[in-house]
Amino acid sequence: MRHIISLLLENEAGALSRVSGLFSARGYNIESLTVAPTEDPSLSRMTIVTAGSDDVLEQITKQLNKLVDVVKVVDLSDGNHIERELMLVKVRASGKDREEMKRMADIFRGRILDVTEKTYTIELTGTGSKLDAFIAALEQGAILETVRTGASGIGRGDRILKV
Amino acid sequence: MDMTGAFTTELTGAEMVSRCLADEGVEFVFGYPGGAVLPIYDELFKQDKVKHILVRHEQAAVHAADAYARCTHKVGVALVTSGPGVTNAITGIATAYMDSIPVVIITGQVPTHAIGQDAFQEVDTVGITRPCVKHNFLVKDVKDLAVTMKKAFFLAASGRPGPVVVDIPKDVTQAKANYFYPENVAMRSYNPVIKGHSGQIRKALQLLLGAKRPMIYTGGGVILGNAHEELATLVRSLGFPCTNTLMGLGGYPGSDPLFVGMLGMHGTYEANMAMQHCDVLLAIGARFDDRVIGNPKHFYQEERRIVHVDVDPSSISKRVKVDIPIVGDVKDVLQELNRQLAAGSDRPDAEALKAWWAQIELWRGRDCLKFDRKSEIIKPQMVVEKLYQLTRNDDVYITSDVGQHQMWAAQFYKFDKPRRWLNSGGLGTMGVGLPYAMGAQFAHPESTVVCVTGEASIQMCIQELSTAKQYRLPLKIVNLNNRYMGMVRQWQEFFHGNRYSESYMDALPDFVKLAESYGHVGMRIEKPADVEGALKEALARKNDLVFMDFVTDQTENVYPMIPGGKGLSEMILV
Ligand SMILES: Cc1ncc(C[n+]2csc(CCOP(=O)(O)OP(=O)(O)O)c2C)c(N)n1
Repeated sequence: MRHIISLLLENEAGALSRVSGLFSARGYNIESLTVAPTEDPSLSRMTIVTAGSDDVLEQITKQLNKLVDVVKVVDLSDGNHIERELMLVKVRASGKDREEMKRMADIFRGRILDVTEKTYTIELTGTGSKLDAFIAALEQGAILETVRTGASGIGRGDRILKV
Repeated sequence: MDMTGAFTTELTGAEMVSRCLADEGVEFVFGYPGGAVLPIYDELFKQDKVKHILVRHEQAAVHAADAYARCTHKVGVALVTSGPGVTNAITGIATAYMDSIPVVIITGQVPTHAIGQDAFQEVDTVGITRPCVKHNFLVKDVKDLAVTMKKAFFLAASGRPGPVVVDIPKDVTQAKANYFYPENVAMRSYNPVIKGHSGQIRKALQLLLGAKRPMIYTGGGVILGNAHEELATLVRSLGFPCTNTLMGLGGYPGSDPLFVGMLGMHGTYEANMAMQHCDVLLAIGARFDDRVIGNPKHFYQEERRIVHVDVDPSSISKRVKVDIPIVGDVKDVLQELNRQLAAGSDRPDAEALKAWWAQIELWRGRDCLKFDRKSEIIKPQMVVEKLYQLTRNDDVYITSDVGQHQMWAAQFYKFDKPRRWLNSGGLGTMGVGLPYAMGAQFAHPESTVVCVTGEASIQMCIQELSTAKQYRLPLKIVNLNNRYMGMVRQWQEFFHGNRYSESYMDALPDFVKLAESYGHVGMRIEKPADVEGALKEALARKNDLVFMDFVTDQTENVYPMIPGGKGLSEMILV
């Protein structure tokens, strides 16, 4: 099953490689991983999307907790949460396709950030599956380049991950 | 942290390292010099609080520090230079990591401005040690050095112990800052659980008291957690059978009737059968690893209930699902169990226990460790048995390497006390025996230290005979020389159609002359009748290192044996 794990870790050199090294050494799967400092610059917030059985997930959270740089770990999938990912897509937009591209971006609430005579660069935010749906809706030959951030997650309501 | 105290003085980084070690109460540093650590060596030269032990290879420095930790309950310390010093130390670090041994390894590094430039003797120490340390640090600013050293000692020794590397660039050892060594450090990201959950402990006790076929299985955690006395109290007040893992030997007295021997791949028939057939299992400071329970699918029993006590939550339900997990310091949890047991009036089911013991005695009657005592050729088991008989009442530490000799030492030497048996259980590192013996002898200069080894293993750190000479360590080396990598040969006999591919140790040195050339005493023993006399003579030589080369039976195998991937009751027996 897919899980989204959030962690707070010391914003120290090498902390990221401790986490990624743990996943590769123990054969856990990483679908995506995002990390950036929080409002408190001594802490980083990381979101990892992974998949595995309940036993594997139990081990993943325990092993993450064991890392000395990791301050807190939660499996967001245990409760209600919000998940967002950002994607930038550069598409071919010339001739009669140009209007169609604009319409597609509007339907998915994308924003066109950059325009040339032949291309649009579209920004899209949403859950991973919404971004997948956008890609699927485009004519494949029209896609020139995509870049995705991977999911960031946060608990709903009063669920707060803080030191 | 208050850095403004009146105690502060300006010191160089190198002076700080030396001061930190002294302030931490470190007795010995095992090490080997080189460019990046010369400023630190210069400071060690100028002081007399910390004694530096010069080994002959960095691997041995870490092994010796690790052994010192194993047999003292203190943190071992090693010091090596950058680059090859570090890569040589890796085997030692990984060995300590796998057995959760508290060691602080100080490594030199190229100057900060040269890091990443492929400088002479540069390796990414933090990177290559990361998977085999509890934690590691690169100290980039001399102001952080003392606190980092304190953190290293704190991390190494607390919670589930383990090795910690402190990598110090040469310019940091030459820069100056105020020195303040804190008494304690707190880290918001590191809070090991000490107290077990008392509700869980109560449930565990109820389960144990209701058991018909109980079993207590303990590992290295009981030794590391100094919980042997509490364990003995529990086992004796319940009257339950107890087994120890290879790492846990000495956690419960080996000569006690409630002890059913070591379990696992080469465990006793009775221990493995009781483990497989019990209905309530109490596991303490052990981790159900593959060498202990074999195949988890086979180990699984529908009706068996498991209580697992461990300081590391990630050890619980890793290989085997447990019913009552108790995270906490094993000593603390055992004290609470004993307290609740004494306070309550419930006692184990005497009838059921009697029947269970009758069954265990039947298994014991199988005499799974028997061997040919009339053999014309020296049987390795006989050497260990004699050694045990001659030293059982002495103050003795036994180290071993990896192979058949290690298993015979574990099976035939009955350890009544903890921290007396030093070997590499987790990583299975050939070559630890001699440096472990050195570490033990430094820690206990008056005790007898015996290294039970094989002719292949001993050659992996043989250069340390020179260290042993320099420091006059009167070690006793029992070389069970079967002219084979015996354990490899045994697997080839059982599983590879007797094709002895590269397991014959050709061109062996004359160990007697070898020992003599290092300035020690060498003995070669070829007949069973000479074994006892030789051991007695060697043990009587209080001031000499004696290398006893026993010419043993080449065909002998270690029994019982559970083939890899099989279950506990699928033992091959003699
Ligand atoms: C560093 C290392 N390399 C290889 C092995 C694999 N190995 C395990 S036991 C063994 C043979 C040991 O032979 P010896 O020391 O003579 O002991 P014996 O089994 O004959 O008692 C080998 C090669 C190991 N454990 N460690």
